[in-house]
Order: sequence, then structure tokens, then C-alpha cells
Amino acid sequence: MRMLTFASRNTKEILRDPLNLAFGLGFPLVLIALLSAIQANAPVNLFEIQHLTPGITVFGLSFMTLFSATIISKDRGSCLLQRLYTTPLTPVDFILGYTLPIIPIAVAQSVICYIVATVLGLNVTVNVVYAIAFIIPVSLLYIGLGLLCGSVLDDKQVGGICGALLTNLSAWLSGTWFDLSLVGGAFQKIAYALPFVHAVETERAILAGDFTGIFPHIWWVLGYATIVFTAAVLLFLRQMKKQ
Amino acid sequence: MDAIRMEGLTKKYKDVVAVDDLSLSVRKGELFSLLGVNGAGKTTTIKMLSCLTQPTSGDAFLNGKSIRKDTSAVKSLIAVSPQETAIAPGLSVHENLELMCGAHGFTKEKRNAKVTELTERLGLEAVIKKKAGKLSGGWQRRLSIAMALISQPEILFLDEPTLGLDVLARSELWDMIRSLKGRITIILTTHYMEEAEALSDRIAIMKDGKLLICDTPGKIKETAGTDHFDQAFVKIVKGAAE
Repeated sequence: MRMLTFASRNTKEILRDPLNLAFGLGFPLVLIALLSAIQANAPVNLFEIQHLTPGITVFGLSFMTLFSATIISKDRGSCLLQRLYTTPLTPVDFILGYTLPIIPIAVAQSVICYIVATVLGLNVTVNVVYAIAFIIPVSLLYIGLGLLCGSVLDDKQVGGICGALLTNLSAWLSGTWFDLSLVGGAFQKIAYALPFVHAVETERAILAGDFTGIFPHIWWVLGYATIVFTAAVLLFLRQMKKQ
Repeated sequence: MDAIRMEGLTKKYKDVVAVDDLSLSVRKGELFSLLGVNGAGKTTTIKMLSCLTQPTSGDAFLNGKSIRKDTSAVKSLIAVSPQETAIAPGLSVHENLELMCGAHGFTKEKRNAKVTELTERLGLEAVIKKKAGKLSGGWQRRLSIAMALISQPEILFLDEPTLGLDVLARSELWDMIRSLKGRITIILTTHYMEEAEALSDRIAIMKDGKLLICDTPGKIKETAGTDHFDQAFVKIVKGAAE
């Protein structure tokens, strides 16, 4: 009950910020439309709607990192957390309260992307539902990154690191915009050592109905999600103790 | 009966002693001010008493409950209105009050009753539907105090409640704080001499983490040999430096 009150407050704070809606929902949709238009004029396999949409839904999750990190860092900066630490809310309430509200937002973002993709020619199959369902474990990775950054950075740093650096990194290293094998070498190795391309490959395999194809990518995603979330919880608890 | 009893309360950060062997008592229903220049240890004292930070040594007892051993019992007795405005800016005034009710696990009926009571008591009707982040500094502080009062605390910590407010807003907030006097124990920290003198039953003056004097405003002026409280403060603080 206490946790749900806190989670509800976080949902309201995120959804009432027009910039969040513009970037979180608007930007991925613009990208789908833009890249589909490029594909229509100069066909590229990578930008075919069934390849593009999973990449965009994963890219859209980088905004969940931004939402999560921003709200935590702002709460820390405004002393709201300090006030709430003196209430019976427990550390578990805080962590769940910051995490749970973002999952439905991530799912909603994914649903909207798939609706737009359908309008642009994506075949609707049951795999779309599976792809949306698998956004949940992938979103935990991105929410965990937000919890981690929000626990150690102030809101200005969050804007730079999560808003600019992380969104770019997760885009370049995801294989959504260009084929990583075309760059090859160290770049490709680094990309495959990070979770972003694996998240996209997982979603692409699910949408294609190739369920064996999600392996080993899903393990990379879940492995990173576990590590990031564990680190995030420890850092959150550390800052809680410091406050 | 004492609401707060501090026994050798000390907080060290590496080489810095923020609060040094503080021992004093605050009576139930008293409005007690902690006064001092920057770095005197006022906020650190409040943080220790409100279980936000652990003392390095010593202990304090709030209604007999130890801040070291009985943290959850202490938390159920107290509320804090921090130095900076601690509100949820994207929520309305009503939603902020509801947030605090929810954080304390109130039922829906109790929640509604509490929100109505505090809205009336603190005169928040005019801004109840407004977004907290859009309110003036004075209204935000008022809301901040209302949020602290939600849990019906027996002890309320007000950390620099009028910092940065204009004269009118400060005067209104003073009236509000006066209206709480006697009903709950209030610990107030402030930089403003006139605020401490006008509101407090007793005042403790601190410097470099140490307690210099603890008495009524009148007795403090008498001790310093002056009719003006600000002069008394300067004399006492400077006297400690010499």
C-alpha cells in the first residue's frame, strides 16, 4: 500500500512532464516514420519495418533510463527523499516505487510503436504480442541503469549522461541504424560485449517467430539486467544511508 | 517530562567534529530553537535526532526511545520539514498531502479526514488544486510543514523554515508555527535571531558543534548583559572564540 502510493506519485510526475511524453513517445515514432520513408525511397534491408521496429522499441527504452534517473536525482536534490526517509517507507518500497511505474510506460511505448509500424506495413501476428511482452525484461535493464545513474548523479549530470551519452551509445551499439558487421573490428566486439545489440536481436528474433534465435541474446540481456540492478540497489541504499 | 534527552551526542566526519558531546533536554510541548552560524552543527543535530544519520558516539532519547536502538519507534514519533523545500513539484497540493498519508499507511477514510483537517488548519484551501512546483516560496514552505504534520507527530523538526522568504510570508509562517505551540514539541533551527526570540520557549546557541548556552531568550540576554537578542548572540559566539 505504502509502496503503491509512492509508485503512483512517480507515475504522475513522469507523465505530467510534457518533455517526457515528447521524447519518450514522440521521438521513437518520428524515427520509425523517417527511416521507413528512407526505406521506401532507397530500400535497405536494415530499415525494413520488421527489422526496424524491434530496434526502435529497444532504443525507446533508453528514455526509460532518463525518466528513472531524472526523477530519482531530482528527488535527492529537493530533499523530498530525505523527508520520505523519515516515514515508514522501507528501502524495498523506494526501489519498487521507482521501478514499477516505468514498466507500464515502457510497454505502452512499445505498443504505440507497433501500432505505428502496423500502419506503415508491419504484418500483425501473435509474435507482436510476444515481442511486446519481452520488452518487460529488457526494460528492467534500462530502468536499472536509471536507478543506478539517479543514485549517484545530480539532475544536470543525468541530463548529460543518460540524456545524451547513454541514448547515443545504446543507439550506435544496437545494430538498429547500421549493420555492426560493416564496421567490424573492435567496434563490433565492444557492441557484442554490451547488452544493447543483444536486446535488439532478442526482439527481432521474437517478432520473426524464431524463438530459438533469442538465445544466447536473452542471456546477455538478463545477465546485464541482474548486474546493473544489483549495483543500482546497492548504490541507492548507499546514498540512502549517506543522506 | 522530557520529549528529547541528548546524552553526549557526537558526530564526526573524518577530521571534522560536526557535533561535539551535546547534552541537553527538551520538554514536552516546548518550542526549542537551535541557533548558530553556518557549520554550527544545527542541521547535523536534527539529522541525528530524526534518524537520518547515526551519531558517532552518544545517544538521544525521544519520548524514551533511543535513536540508535529503536529507530522505527522514533520515526513513528517524529516528522521533519527539511531545510530545502521537500515537496513533489509535479503533484498538486492535495496530492502532496495524500502522498504523505499513503507513506504513513493511512486508510482512505483517515487520509481524507487528515487532508481536510490540515488544509483548513494551514489555510491551504486557496491553492489546494495548484501544482506544488508552481507555488510561491511561502506557500511551498507552508505545504512542506503541512506534509510534516500529516502523521500527527509528537515531535516536529523545522529546519530553517523561513529561509529565503519575504517579510510577509515569514510573518504568516510564524503565526502558523505559534498556532502549533504547546500541542507538539517543536525543534526549530534558524539563522534569524528575531525568529528564535519571537517563537522560542528556550534557545540553544551552538558554535563549531559545541553548545555555548541553553536558556530562555530573556535569560540569554541577561547573561550577555544586553537588551538586544542579536547582540547577545554575537557576544556569546564571539566570547567563545576568544
